Amino acid sequence: MNPREEKVSIITEESTANDEDAEVGRREKSSKVQRQQRKKQPPRADSEEMVTGKAQPGQEEPEMHLLSMPARRGPRSLPPIPSMSRTGFAEFSMRERLREKLQAARSKAESALLQEIPTPRPRRLRSPSEKELETEFGPEPCKESQATSHRNDSQSYSRVKFHDAVQKIKSKPQAPPGFPSAEEAYNFFTFSFDPEPEEPTVKARAKNRDGTHQEEEGEEESPAGGMNKMVLNVIARAGTPQKDEEELLGSQDAKDFLLGLDPAPDEFVVVRPAEYEGTHTWLEKEKELLFFPSRRAVPTWKKLPENVQPRFLEDEGLYTGARPEVARAQQNVVENRLLRQEPERKWFGDDGRILALPSPIKPFSSRPRPLAQEPSAQAGLETHYKKAVKYVHRTQHVVGSADPPGSFQLDIDISGLIFTHHPCFSREHVLAAKLAQLYDQYLARHQRSKAKFLTDKLQALRNAVQTGLYPEKPHQSLDATQKTIKEYKSEIRETRKLRDAEQEKDRTLLKTIVKVWKEMKSLREFQRFTNTPLKLVLRKEKVDQKADEEAYEAEIQAEISELMEEHTEEYEQRLGEYRASYQQWKAWKKAQKAKKKKKKQAEEHPEGEAEEELYPGEEPVKPIPPELLDHAVLEQQARERAAHSRRRPGEPVLLPELSLTGSVTPDDQCPRAEVLRREDVKRRSVYLKVLFNSKEVSRTVSRQLGADFCVHFGQIFNLQIFNWPESLTLQVYETVGHSSTTLLAEVFLPIPETTTVTRRAPVEEVEFSSSQHVTLDHEGVGSGVPFSFEADGSNQLILMTSGRVSHSVAWATGDNGTPLIPPPSQQSLGFRSALKRADAISSIGTSGLTDMKKLAKWAAESKLDPNDPNNAPLMQLISIATSGESYVPDFFRLEQLQQEFNFVTSEELNRSKRFRLLCLRSQEVPEFRNYKQIPAYDREILEKVFQDYEKRLRDKSVIETKDHIDTHRAIVAKYLQQVRESVVNRFLIAKHHFLLSDLVVEEEVPNMSSEGSGILGLSLFKLAEQKRPLRPRRKGRKKVTAQNLSDGDIKLLVNICRAYDIPVRKPPASKSQQPARSSRTFSDRHAASPGAHSPPHSPDTPLSQVSVRPFVEVSFQRTICHTTTAEGPNPSWNEELEFPFRAPNGDYSTASLQSVKDDVFINIFDEVLHDILEDDRERGSGIHTRIERHWLGCVKIPFSTIYSQARIDGTFKINTPPVLLGYSKERNVLLERGLDSVRSLSEGSYLTLFITIEPQLVPGESVREKTSDLLKKFDSQEDEKLLQATEKFQAECALKFPTRQCLTTVTDISGKTVFVTRYLKPLNPPEELLNVYPNNPQATAELVARYVSLIPFLPDTVSFAGICDLWSTSDQFLDLLAGDEEEHAVLLCDYFLFLGKKAWLVMGNAIPEGPTAYVLTWEQNHYLIWNPCSGHFYAQFDTFCPLKSVSCLIGPDNIWFNIQQYDSPLRINFDVTKPKLWKSFFSRSLPYPGLSSVQPEELIYQRTDKAAAAELQDRIEKMLKEKIMDWRPRHLTRWNRHCTSTLRHFLPLLERSQGEDVEDEHRAELQKQLGDYRFSGFPLHMPYSEVKPLIEAVYSTGVHNTDVPNVEFALAVYIHPYPKNVLSVWIYVASLIRNR
Amino acid sequence: MAAANPSVFLLMVNGQVESAQFPEYDDLYCKYCFVYGQDWAPTAGLEEGISQITSKSQDMRRALVWNFPIDVTFKSTNPYGWPQIVLSVYGPDVFGNDVVRGYGAVHVPFSPGRHKRTIPMFVPESTSTLQKFTSWFMGRRPEYTDPKVVAQGEGREVTRVRSQGFVTLLFNVVTKDMRKLGYDTGPADTQGIAGPSLPQGIPR
Repeated sequence: MNPREEKVSIITEESTANDEDAEVGRREKSSKVQRQQRKKQPPRADSEEMVTGKAQPGQEEPEMHLLSMPARRGPRSLPPIPSMSRTGFAEFSMRERLREKLQAARSKAESALLQEIPTPRPRRLRSPSEKELETEFGPEPCKESQATSHRNDSQSYSRVKFHDAVQKIKSKPQAPPGFPSAEEAYNFFTFSFDPEPEEPTVKARAKNRDGTHQEEEGEEESPAGGMNKMVLNVIARAGTPQKDEEELLGSQDAKDFLLGLDPAPDEFVVVRPAEYEGTHTWLEKEKELLFFPSRRAVPTWKKLPENVQPRFLEDEGLYTGARPEVARAQQNVVENRLLRQEPERKWFGDDGRILALPSPIKPFSSRPRPLAQEPSAQAGLETHYKKAVKYVHRTQHVVGSADPPGSFQLDIDISGLIFTHHPCFSREHVLAAKLAQLYDQYLARHQRSKAKFLTDKLQALRNAVQTGLYPEKPHQSLDATQKTIKEYKSEIRETRKLRDAEQEKDRTLLKTIVKVWKEMKSLREFQRFTNTPLKLVLRKEKVDQKADEEAYEAEIQAEISELMEEHTEEYEQRLGEYRASYQQWKAWKKAQKAKKKKKKQAEEHPEGEAEEELYPGEEPVKPIPPELLDHAVLEQQARERAAHSRRRPGEPVLLPELSLTGSVTPDDQCPRAEVLRREDVKRRSVYLKVLFNSKEVSRTVSRQLGADFCVHFGQIFNLQIFNWPESLTLQVYETVGHSSTTLLAEVFLPIPETTTVTRRAPVEEVEFSSSQHVTLDHEGVGSGVPFSFEADGSNQLILMTSGRVSHSVAWATGDNGTPLIPPPSQQSLGFRSALKRADAISSIGTSGLTDMKKLAKWAAESKLDPNDPNNAPLMQLISIATSGESYVPDFFRLEQLQQEFNFVTSEELNRSKRFRLLCLRSQEVPEFRNYKQIPAYDREILEKVFQDYEKRLRDKSVIETKDHIDTHRAIVAKYLQQVRESVVNRFLIAKHHFLLSDLVVEEEVPNMSSEGSGILGLSLFKLAEQKRPLRPRRKGRKKVTAQNLSDGDIKLLVNICRAYDIPVRKPPASKSQQPARSSRTFSDRHAASPGAHSPPHSPDTPLSQVSVRPFVEVSFQRTICHTTTAEGPNPSWNEELEFPFRAPNGDYSTASLQSVKDDVFINIFDEVLHDILEDDRERGSGIHTRIERHWLGCVKIPFSTIYSQARIDGTFKINTPPVLLGYSKERNVLLERGLDSVRSLSEGSYLTLFITIEPQLVPGESVREKTSDLLKKFDSQEDEKLLQATEKFQAECALKFPTRQCLTTVTDISGKTVFVTRYLKPLNPPEELLNVYPNNPQATAELVARYVSLIPFLPDTVSFAGICDLWSTSDQFLDLLAGDEEEHAVLLCDYFLFLGKKAWLVMGNAIPEGPTAYVLTWEQNHYLIWNPCSGHFYAQFDTFCPLKSVSCLIGPDNIWFNIQQYDSPLRINFDVTKPKLWKSFFSRSLPYPGLSSVQPEELIYQRTDKAAAAELQDRIEKMLKEKIMDWRPRHLTRWNRHCTSTLRHFLPLLERSQGEDVEDEHRAELQKQLGDYRFSGFPLHMPYSEVKPLIEAVYSTGVHNTDVPNVEFALAVYIHPYPKNVLSVWIYVASLIRNR
Repeated sequence: MAAANPSVFLLMVNGQVESAQFPEYDDLYCKYCFVYGQDWAPTAGLEEGISQITSKSQDMRRALVWNFPIDVTFKSTNPYGWPQIVLSVYGPDVFGNDVVRGYGAVHVPFSPGRHKRTIPMFVPESTSTLQKFTSWFMGRRPEYTDPKVVAQGEGREVTRVRSQGFVTLLFNVVTKDMRKLGYDTGPADTQGIAGPSLPQGIPR
């Protein structure tokens, strides 16, 4: 804006400066107008003025100046003008003058216009001002008239008044609305003028004006001029102070006054015709005024500076971009105008064109097109059915996108393959191949019979020469004939040579064939067998000897004559030459002689000498005259040659014939090497791959290699193609046996011509050869390996595998017979090159796109503009590819900007401990699964957080032997760990697979089946039930979901009720021993015959003595509580003990709780008070007793059982040691009455307990429930029908007895579902166990049960935390040496089956285990229930049998579900044959399909290394001793060696007798040896798994807890090894106190 | 020292369960609880709450207003597992059984300040029409095993739900030391330098 304004003002200045005369004129005119105004008193004056105003074009302008004048008056000044005398023209009529002025002004303005651009803006601005002026003037005269009414009185006054009025209007623009203020405002706001540059000139003018009073004003005709005034007006008003203006007013007034007084011409009104200017003049004027830019193109030189060549950036390789589209004419107009206006050419670029930015218009809209009609949105959502059409590539590289998108078809017919050499070739084969090849060659030659052709030609030529030499009609000129004859002759010569060569070749070929055949024959003879059926027959063709000889002779004669002729000719020629040279020589000789003479003459002339000496070497040899060849010699030569190359006359013509009629020696008559070779050939098969554009499209079937090394395929491949093929390749592959496949060779097939169509294409053969080196160990000669036919190995040959593929490639024809060929234009070079520019794909092919170098080459060829942003990615790619010649990335980066957006490097990220911690937690690595509050900074994470984890990772491979003394167990533990991990992984995957029931609790649909028809009704009935029944049922405790818990929320409640049959003390001093208890027989123990056994009475037991003071100590998670001390062997405590429970890692999730390994130890102790008062005299005043506690037995209950059972309620057998020194079972103390006697039969002590968790935890899903859920998720190898049957069976069972568990399928260790009966199968127990009691089956059974029970127990819930029950097979179980009830039960059951017992697996509930598996056996007349984990057995009616309910029995071939009313073993009938009592799985409707077992055929037992066991024994003993010392930090621990050795001897005895019946002898022995010691001790027995449980067990007995000062300890360990590394551990601990 | 180098940031949320729009039901009460990641720990306030039973207003809005306050403070080291509030609305059906009327969850707003959230509520659908009938009849509608299910994405593909209504919540969120630990949660933070940017999540 501003510059333009400036420009305008500059124009103004110029025009004002130049138009001083116009100014003058205007001034005068304005005065005239004023005069007119004065004259306005008559009413008609107005109209008159209008007329005059109209009459003169541009007359309205002065009127405007009435307004502007007063304002202009102040600042207005004129530059000093030299021609002041202009005023003199006032004599002329005003109009004349005015016109002149007008003219002048116009021309001036025009010139100004030509100099400067007539900006349209002023013109536009003018019009409103003009209009307003006219309208505004309407009321003005009225005012004026009012003013002028007083003018007579004082003109000057009125004048001032008028000015004032105007001034007032000007200064207060807003005063009259719609008056000059509007126009002024318009001006004011539209012109943002700059007063600074204006002011000096204004001042200058003011100065001038002060000096000169002659003001002349001309009307400025140019609109710009007019406007400029306005500008100046405004400027003036803004720029000059009011005071100054008033000052000036005075002077102005004076002048006006003068003008006004001038009476002379103004009084007249001149009437004239209206001025008219002709069109021509108008046009002339317009031409002066207006500028029409030409439409013609501007020559480039005009647009560029002088002597500058246009420069085309694009040609220089710079990116210029596409210019926006502008019409050429338009462009020319603009250029012309620019040239006119701004001669400095700054608008033109170097190339002579107007500068332009690249077209910003994108070819397509980036904004989605608005929906055409809003209401039709619905229509847009409608679905239209469109038939599915096959997608056809419409991209550019599709051949002829304009063509119908048909696919083209190339038929490749591979008929077969013949090896010309193969590694398996025998020597004979090599020869045969050679022979065949030669024969082929022969046949080919024979067919062409070139020799014959040449002979005929020769004959013809000779004839021609004959006729030529002796022409009958000499119509030709002689020299022409001569010439032809010469040509003929030379041709004859050539032909003869050729013929000779051919004949020679033929002959040698024939000779070679015969030679090879002979070789072959000799070879066959030598090796005594034939490999190939090739047979060569030479057929002799009799010839007429005489005629033949004649022909031969004639031929030779002809040849000789010809040769003769040739030689003579040659001789002639040579002779000519000789003569010429001889002449020369002679001449020279002469010269020489002359020279010699000269020499003699001028001996004194040295230079002559020198000259002479210069030519000694130039002496020409004397030419030898050519010899004429003798005829005889020639004949000799010709005959020799003929004999060499030609059949001898009379010799029969030999025609070889190769046939395959020979017989091949059968295999059995061949030597071994050859048989091997033939077998090897048979094992080989060959197939071909067809590669189209180096991509495999199909392959032939694999065909066996025939004995003749021919393979027939006869397959036709129809390739549906889109592109013009780039390459067609066949790859020959050979397979040896079932092993490797090797690529033998690649055969490149030519792409067929467009004319070759299927069925017309000839079968062609393409040879291939391979560079592979094969050496074979049989008769085969190999490939690439030298071999020889000679016996001495000389004359070696190296043959490479080679062969021929016969094929034909052709274009297929369509249904209507049109060949399906891509249009030939596609191949035509012109088309391609044209396309190359545009499309990379069509020029280098699709496959080329992946080849960087090809792409780069193409880019270079097609001259891509590297600066075009469109090509940037391509160029970048190419530059990357080509810059490092060797580096072509063979990968494709998906997110190429990833690098830029990585905020740290990945190494740094991996180094971050926090990140690592987060990752590990996210992966649910056990150590970190529940890591809470991962610190915000790396530095806050301690390195030791990872230590355990890293150690575990390290230990994965390293077997740690610290915890597991025995290496085998360490290995097993590792294995178990691995199995656990893999199962955990499986489980984790399954865990993230949700079922609806996992998420949504939904009522089951009431069963509508006939059986349960009442259920819906029942539930309806339930609705009518009272909400609050009068006799409320016991409601379960509120269950708590485990998640919200934290430490201290959960308590374990142990209620100790009472105990039975606690062992009682024996009087320490009593030396009289009971007689050894009658060794009870097996049958005694279970024979439920009360009274049959009479316990021995010990006569000396005092009734009054307090036999025992037992108390119970319960320890759980290192918290120990104990009850009060009760008295007697049948104490009753009824005490509740409370233990806080802490979950590992504070994780109270179900899975975590299930994996809590802690046990509740319930130990029963006897509190013994010892009077230690030394002095009996003080007995009256003080009591000094020491409390000792003696361990009597323990009950161990795993927490996992409590958790899954929610509560444990029952009577448990106390695990008492087989020998309790100082104690005995005192059955006789109490009277034998009814029940007691029954109880006493099952010897042992019992404890009644109630254990629960407060608050009750939701047991999650019990393991078995989860199993059934997970079973669906795990896969199975069982028959689908069987699985369906199991589901049905289970559903039926669950419907009838929902509490009874029905087991049909289980999960094996690899996570697969297996039908349960597959686990039961007779399996052999270890031999040595069977041999112990060969005649006592029952004892053997017990021993076997003991063996099974010695395998450590490890509940599945613990080993596979949170995972289902897994059943391992017995061999796995024995390998693992750990398992839970199922594994034990299965193994025991299998052993019993082996022993010939009837045995079943019992699934049911027992205490304390909960759902478990027992084994049921049928003895002669009763059932026995075996606890596989303890080895104990119970009679069916034993009240203390831990098995409390039976839900199903599993046999090797069936499953029976208990459908009896009761499930207690006491009350049920085990007779499974009764279908009313037992529902069997396999029945008549579903017969047992004979499922194969998953168990191994036989168990193999290794004998355990006794030495290792002994070593282990020593180590355990040492460790336990150290531990005991550790546990007694404040006391001295003495070891009684004597006692220890006694104990050590005793332990094997215990093992042998299984802890029975040795107590008394042992006691006696001890008594004898350590009579003066009071001691308590007991042996502990347990299966060996790890060291830790042993230590725990010893610790829990509390033997170490005596603080008697002189106590001594004895500890002995014995390990008895059983096969398969099953170890029985005995630990004997005793404390001894010396009696004084 | 703690102020200069904080190792945890604090998030204080108070506000209320304002009201609900359940066009079909009346006499509803709601429960809320928070679900948060392992790095989070509540330091003060109630994590769970159960509101009074409210009846619909008699005016045109038919709003169920609880105005049940929430006030809890968490501390955390990691924005992963940002707390979510889980709402479950219960009310009696025609037989008077308490049935669930909607579940919904929303994250506690990240940026400090006052936020109003309207949560759409939904209930799980019965698996069959018969189930639907019986569950209606027995008053045992399908429920989530744990309302916290709605705050997790895992396993949701097996369920089908029906939309029920809306609950409006008001949160006033104050954070402490977030910026010091490098988490910029938005313009309303004290300095207000950067524009809103979500805290950098830790890749799972």
